[in-house]
Amino acid sequence: MCDEPTFDVTTFDVTLICVMPATLAPRHPGTRLLDTIAGPHGIDAYLEQIHPLLTTERRAEVVAASRDAEDSVTLTLRPNRAWKGHEAGQFVQVTVEIDGVLHRRCYSPASGEGRRGELEITVKRHPGGLVSGFLNDHAGPGLVLGLSGAEGEFRLPSRRPDPILLIAGGSGVTPLMAMLRTLFAEGHRGTVAMLQYAPSPAAAIYREELEGMARRHPNFHLARSYTRAPGAGELDGRFSPLHLPQSEPCFAAAETFACGPPELLDAVRGTWANGLEQRLHVESFVPPDLAVAGGPGEGTVRLLDSGLELENSGASLLEQAEQAGLRPEYGCRMGICHTCTCRKVSGVHKNLITGEVSSAPGEEIQICVSTALGDLALEL
Amino acid sequence: MTTTVTPPPAAAGSLTAEQVERFGAEMDAIRERMLAARGKSDADYIRRVIRTQRRLEMTGRGLLWAGWFPPAWLAGTAALSISKILDNMEIGHNVMHGQYEWTNDPKLSGKQFEWDTACPADQWRHSHNYMHHTYTNIVGKDRDIGYGVLRMSEEQPWRPYYLGNPVWAALLATFFQYGVALHDLEVERLVAGEVPVAEKRGMLKGIWRKVRRQTLKDYAIFPALSGPLFIFPLAGNATANLARNLWAFTIIFCGHFPEGTHEFEEEQTEDESRGEWYYRQLLGSANLSGSRLFHILSGNLSFQIEHHLFPDLPANRYAEISVEVREACERYGIPYNVGPLRKQFGSVVKKICRLALPR
Repeated sequence: MCDEPTFDVTTFDVTLICVMPATLAPRHPGTRLLDTIAGPHGIDAYLEQIHPLLTTERRAEVVAASRDAEDSVTLTLRPNRAWKGHEAGQFVQVTVEIDGVLHRRCYSPASGEGRRGELEITVKRHPGGLVSGFLNDHAGPGLVLGLSGAEGEFRLPSRRPDPILLIAGGSGVTPLMAMLRTLFAEGHRGTVAMLQYAPSPAAAIYREELEGMARRHPNFHLARSYTRAPGAGELDGRFSPLHLPQSEPCFAAAETFACGPPELLDAVRGTWANGLEQRLHVESFVPPDLAVAGGPGEGTVRLLDSGLELENSGASLLEQAEQAGLRPEYGCRMGICHTCTCRKVSGVHKNLITGEVSSAPGEEIQICVSTALGDLALEL
Repeated sequence: MTTTVTPPPAAAGSLTAEQVERFGAEMDAIRERMLAARGKSDADYIRRVIRTQRRLEMTGRGLLWAGWFPPAWLAGTAALSISKILDNMEIGHNVMHGQYEWTNDPKLSGKQFEWDTACPADQWRHSHNYMHHTYTNIVGKDRDIGYGVLRMSEEQPWRPYYLGNPVWAALLATFFQYGVALHDLEVERLVAGEVPVAEKRGMLKGIWRKVRRQTLKDYAIFPALSGPLFIFPLAGNATANLARNLWAFTIIFCGHFPEGTHEFEEEQTEDESRGEWYYRQLLGSANLSGSRLFHILSGNLSFQIEHHLFPDLPANRYAEISVEVREACERYGIPYNVGPLRKQFGSVVKKICRLALPR
């Protein structure tokens, strides 16, 4: 936050923002009376017995799955009535059950803006990624997923800018695809250019559709660089300022939206220095499954609800919070009663009794018998 | 003939300290194996029970709406009774222990679950998960010993009030959900002036809110939906609540009070080791034998011993765990208290009557 204060940076760490439990999602006020009658479980507990999509909680059913690009799957979702639409560029949190366990991940819909329409997300397989692997291997029509409302400040301004430059790296193309589809559905007349970075043509998500768009819309300029297939695209290698002049319009005049892995965004930010920062909007895609374990006394423990950052002492998380002056709820202090259970947002923790180590984000953990291995963020 | 075994100090019973620790290590090994084994089948199981409970409840309330027709009333009342029993025992009690928290499902989160009974879930979690499970059968700390109204242990000094022990027990069984609701409040200490009412105001508010919601639902809104025939759903709901109360009381009192279960004193359990803790849990609990359906309806509290050894393991695993625990008990010569419901409850009733008199 302090290194580049002037940027209009909407960078989000995927593992960080997935903190809102589905049950806290805003609900229709009219359901409150019904909830009293249907208490204590709430009306959804009964509605879902009739049909899983009948709930007042946002959910969606997969209606189609296509696997056009290598190592990625594009899912068409039909949301239930609770879904209120998204703006091009925003993301949603998707909840999926794998072997009985719920996992939540953020994806940016690639579909154009619309209130109730179908929603399209593309999931790239991360090496070792549990959720991305599951969706790539198993997602198909009929699968029901949990859905949050659309979130995020990375979006097309309602007064559409002109010219527009889009920079996409890997699966970071999805929110930009939503922007393109929205713009062309509106009959946008301004100039739009896109730089797309992918390992190879086969791994380039939406390659054919983008090529079709470029053919149909003379105001759309598309340039690709295939980092592992030199010569196959219009450009070569990783992002460099040299890539910019080759694409119309001049980047300095354009409202620029960049989405991709952190390395790409760092390079882009470096180029947009010297007063151009206000025109650059970036969103970082960080695979959440790759939390790195540190040593028992290393890293920082972040307590998100109380806004504290503690130097990890290696003691149990409950003790560390108490030493920082907090008074978290606790009971037995021996891992039995689950009074102290908190949601771990990110990081690797170790159970001091069983020795079990886990890096899964969004887990409920018993802080009296858990310690952090390296950086860890807790809802406390 | 009806004398209870006076409690030996946990670590100084028939086992040597070293044997207790070895036994504890065996229990830890079972626990770790089960933690590694739990997964999809356990999550599927609890979700299936929840689905069954919801559907029974919908069916029950639907039938009671047409409760003027006697078969509908009977079937509706039965469905709603079973629904409430499942909700409180196999679902509520076990989910609130955090047994299914590893699913990351807000609906199975111990801290977010609320159940269909008068007791607010957060107060239950304190009095039960923490106090009862940590200080099991320690007279003066475990408020499950008599719920503050009964004399269930010889260690509780006799007072003339306890002459009514059988009557108080019958009343507690009938209104069990309210007894549980007032459990964490420590009413008798409030009455005795040991705790100022102001200190308990938040708790009282929570109980009042929950009781009001539950009462409105069962005794006002659903009966009102039947218009002039409100008396049928009203009677059905009251019967279902009563059935749940009696059933829950019966099962729960069979968990720690049948003949042969031990009580402990605070001094005996100071600086307890993990092995000693396991040993105390085992000596203080008793199981019920029965069919698979019986175990489900009892919330698997029929495996009270396994539940107390491993309160946060999925309850659907207790049956298979019990085979190993029982075998270990035989090897160490530790008494494993198990019997059919009529035998265990019979001995609880005897104890309630016996302790009404001074001795």
